[in-house]
Formats: sequence, structure tokens, C-alpha cells
Amino acid sequence: MVHDGHIAEPAPALKAAHAGPLIYRQSAWTRLTHWIWATCLFFLLFSGLQIFNARPDLYIGQQSGFGFDNSILSMGAVNTPEGPRGRTTLFGTTFDTTGWFGLSGSGDDLQVRGIPASLTIPSYRDLATGRVIHFFFAWLLVGTLFVWLCASLINGHLRRDLAPTAKDIAALPRDVGDHVRFRFHHGRSYNVLQKLSYGGVLFILLPVMILTGLTMSPGMDAAWPWLLDIFGGRQTARTIHFITMLALVLFFVVHIFMVLAAGPLNELRSMITGWYRADPDVSEDKP
Amino acid sequence: MSKILLSRRRFIGLGTAGVSSIALGGCDLFDGLADRSSSARDFLEKANDLTYRVQRLLIGDALAPEYSESEIRQPMRPNGSTNPQTAEYLALKANDFAGYKLKVTGLVETPKSYSLAELRNMPSRTQITRHDCVEGWSCIAKWTGTPLSRVLDEVKLKPAARYIVFHCFDTLGSSQAGYYESCDLMDARHPQTILAYGLNDKVLPVSNGAPIRVRIERQLGYKQPKYVHTIEAVDSFSKIGRGKGGYWEDRGYEWYAGI
Repeated sequence: MVHDGHIAEPAPALKAAHAGPLIYRQSAWTRLTHWIWATCLFFLLFSGLQIFNARPDLYIGQQSGFGFDNSILSMGAVNTPEGPRGRTTLFGTTFDTTGWFGLSGSGDDLQVRGIPASLTIPSYRDLATGRVIHFFFAWLLVGTLFVWLCASLINGHLRRDLAPTAKDIAALPRDVGDHVRFRFHHGRSYNVLQKLSYGGVLFILLPVMILTGLTMSPGMDAAWPWLLDIFGGRQTARTIHFITMLALVLFFVVHIFMVLAAGPLNELRSMITGWYRADPDVSEDKP
Repeated sequence: MSKILLSRRRFIGLGTAGVSSIALGGCDLFDGLADRSSSARDFLEKANDLTYRVQRLLIGDALAPEYSESEIRQPMRPNGSTNPQTAEYLALKANDFAGYKLKVTGLVETPKSYSLAELRNMPSRTQITRHDCVEGWSCIAKWTGTPLSRVLDEVKLKPAARYIVFHCFDTLGSSQAGYYESCDLMDARHPQTILAYGLNDKVLPVSNGAPIRVRIERQLGYKQPKYVHTIEAVDSFSKIGRGKGGYWEDRGYEWYAGI
């Protein structure tokens, strides 16, 4: 692993046979928006779980079934002869989830709550604060996405780095094979799996997240009633919002895993300074 | 091969440790944001003003979606206060609200009081709408009532009036603070904003706000005050309650609840 503090002037001695040239890989727009998104998604996730806890059930349709059952997920607690237990019902099957969902907390401080305190902001029940935080970072996320989209259209990032080419698609099986074998290429451009996953987050998951969030707004349902039609009702939109959250968490886990596997210092540096140590066969950039 | 397996296992271990340390350590760090008077929270709350402005621009006079009879699949779910215990309310309830008067006061040319019979004799509007609770659930029901705009036209708002405040019989919490709510004139004059006295073709029951509950259909459930006794036109609500425009607003919720 090469650690050189002064990355703008790579010392020739450090460019050993195993290390290629430093290349300028991430523009300031990409780096700045990346970290703002990371911050936003952190707060959105944990404040969102706070909001979810006000009603830890998910339904399908326009409304929530009280006189009928249209729930697909339900978290709660029940009293048993052995004491209170947390229960989660998913598609009609009930699981004992004491300590995790429905009932959690340490020792004698057990609380009836959907998601445990360690996964909500604030840690205790405070729907009002959860909403204040959620909507602030939702606006910041949307604003940053807009700025990024404009910048990426103008500077060519979208076309050059994110749009998969015919060559990329042809290389898909090989790229999957390389990833499975932990054989990573440090090139100038993203590989096809990176393009597909980043594109999937930016153009599918985040837009679905934003639109299902807006579908839960009674004001927006008046302005844009088609939102209810495309997502199949307000409660279905809430359920999709939750499932998309799980997909984003999965992306985060895989993303972090890939950063660790591909060389965390080099990857982090490229997302902070823009400079990336490429493989030896990659041609050099003049800083 | 064994080297790869080892490193893969190590990576999984590292990843799991990282995620769980964020999860376990992260969240009480930000509990300070719950402090209603912190400047950080004041800053975050500015996003609500943005939401209000943008939604007002996008929504205009658009109606909240209305549903068909077949989508009324259950009784309207009662929430919050469901059985007020103030002496005044109990006395009215004992007499089936025969002595009830809805007072309309404040910045109006001609303050008036309306009995239930008078309200029922005015033109009415019936709408099947979806009630969205801030907690996350929704329930579809049919509401019948007098459009608030009719009442406002009769009492004639003074030019200084900017908000309509609804004062209610019910009290909540350990302080027994009276419930109240407020809305801007755009919502007050909206055709779906009604003083509801009927629910699902029956007289509005006590658990859902008898004798009068306001429906402001493009906002969340806490903006639909029950057990209303007085409607007041004001230029500012800063001197009412704790000054935030409603019972829940005084406790940290947004005044504009269109989201």
C-alpha cells in the first residue's frame, strides 16, 4: 500500500512496480455532493426510523386497516407467562423479536417500540423532532441531487462516467466474475457494476424515495393526485418508502465492503482529494 | 486460495463491526436537537417554512383526493381526545348539544353565534376523504358539514385578519391545556374546509369530535380540531397558548402540516 501525503506531486520513488500513476478521478462536484448525500442519508435513515416507530406497521392500499387486515408488517409487544415479549409479524408469520423489534432496551428498561433506541434519532420517542430532522435533510438531499445533476450534465460526468456503454454490457459477466474473486481493477473509469449500482441509487432508488415520501404528504396528494395512482395509495407508498430504505442500506453495506476490499485509503483519498492511485497500466495524469 | 478466504472473512468482520458501531453509538449524539429552544433546531425548522411556501405554490386551490363509497371500509378511527371531561362539555353533551353555540369572534365585522340547527340549515358539503395521522396511518371516511367560507362570508373578515383559530372543549396532557388549532385564510376558504357535524351518514359521534369538528383536508390529522366551540379571526397567534398556532405546534410539531 502506498501512503504519500503529498499527492499532487507523486514522488517517483513511490511509484513502485505494483503501483500505477495518480490520476484525478473525482471532480469537486462529485466529492462534495457525495459527502453531503452521505450525511443526509445518515440522518434521514435514523430520523425515518423514529417516524416509523410512531406506527410500526406497514399496509397495502390507500388506508390502514383497523376494521380489516391489510398489513404486511407489524411490530409490537405481548404479555406472556414469561413476561413481555417483542413480536414482529411479516406477511402473516409471527416471529419473536424481543430485544430487536417490538420490545427492546437494556435490563429493566424494556420499552415497547418498533425499532430499538440505538437506531433512531432522537434515541427516545419524539416524533416531532424526528420529522423536523427528516424534512430538513430531505430538502438538502433533493437540493444536492439537483445541483449534482446540473453539474454532471454540464461537465460530462453522467455521459462519460455513469452511462454504461455497449462495451460495459459485454464485459458484465467478466466484471461479475472479477468481483466475486476479489480481483479489483483500479482504472480511470468506473467498472460496469459500479455504473449500474451508482446509477441505480441516483436514478431509481433516490427518486422512488423522494416520490413515495411526497405521496405521504396530504398537500402533495392534492397537487399531484397521480402520485397516489403510480404507487397504489398512500399506505402502499409508505411501504415502498420503507422497502427502498432497506435497499439503500443494502447498497451502503456493499459500498463500504467494496471500499474496504478495493483499498480503503486509496478509495477514501479519491473521494476527498479527487486523486486516485490507478493500476500500473493506466496512463498518467499531469497534476 | 486460503489467503483470499481469510481476507474475505476479515472484511466481513470489519464491515459488521463498523455498521454496528455506528448503529449503537450514533443516535443519542443528536438528542440535543429535541430541545425545542436550541438554535440548531431553529435552523432545521426553517425547512418547514420552505415546505409551506413551495406546497402553497404547487397546490393552489387544488382539492384533496376524494374517494368512492366502496372505499369506506371501516369506522373512522378515533384518536387523541375521544371523550372530553370539562364541565361545560359534559353539560352540553347531557342535553345532546341542544344548547351548543359556535361563537365566531375576533377580527370580524359582525361576530355571530350559531346553533347546531342553524349550521345544519346552511348549505352543506359532503366529501369522502382520507384522514392522514401524523403517526403514519390513514383512514377513509365521509364527512358532512357547513363550508367554513360560508360562515366567514357572513361574519365578514376584517382586512387585518390573517389566520383562523379554532378553540376546542377538550384538554390534553398533564397540564390539561386546551386544544386549539389554526390555519391560514387559504385553507380556511378552501371548498373542502367544513365544519363537520356528520360522519359516514350519521350524526358526528363524541369520539370523533361532536358536535363540530373542522376538516382541513390537505393537512394532517392534528390540524382537524374536534369539539370546536369558538372560531376566532386573528392577525397573529403569537399570544395564544404558547404562541405556535396549535396544541401540538406548541409541543414541537410543524404549524404547516401538509406533509
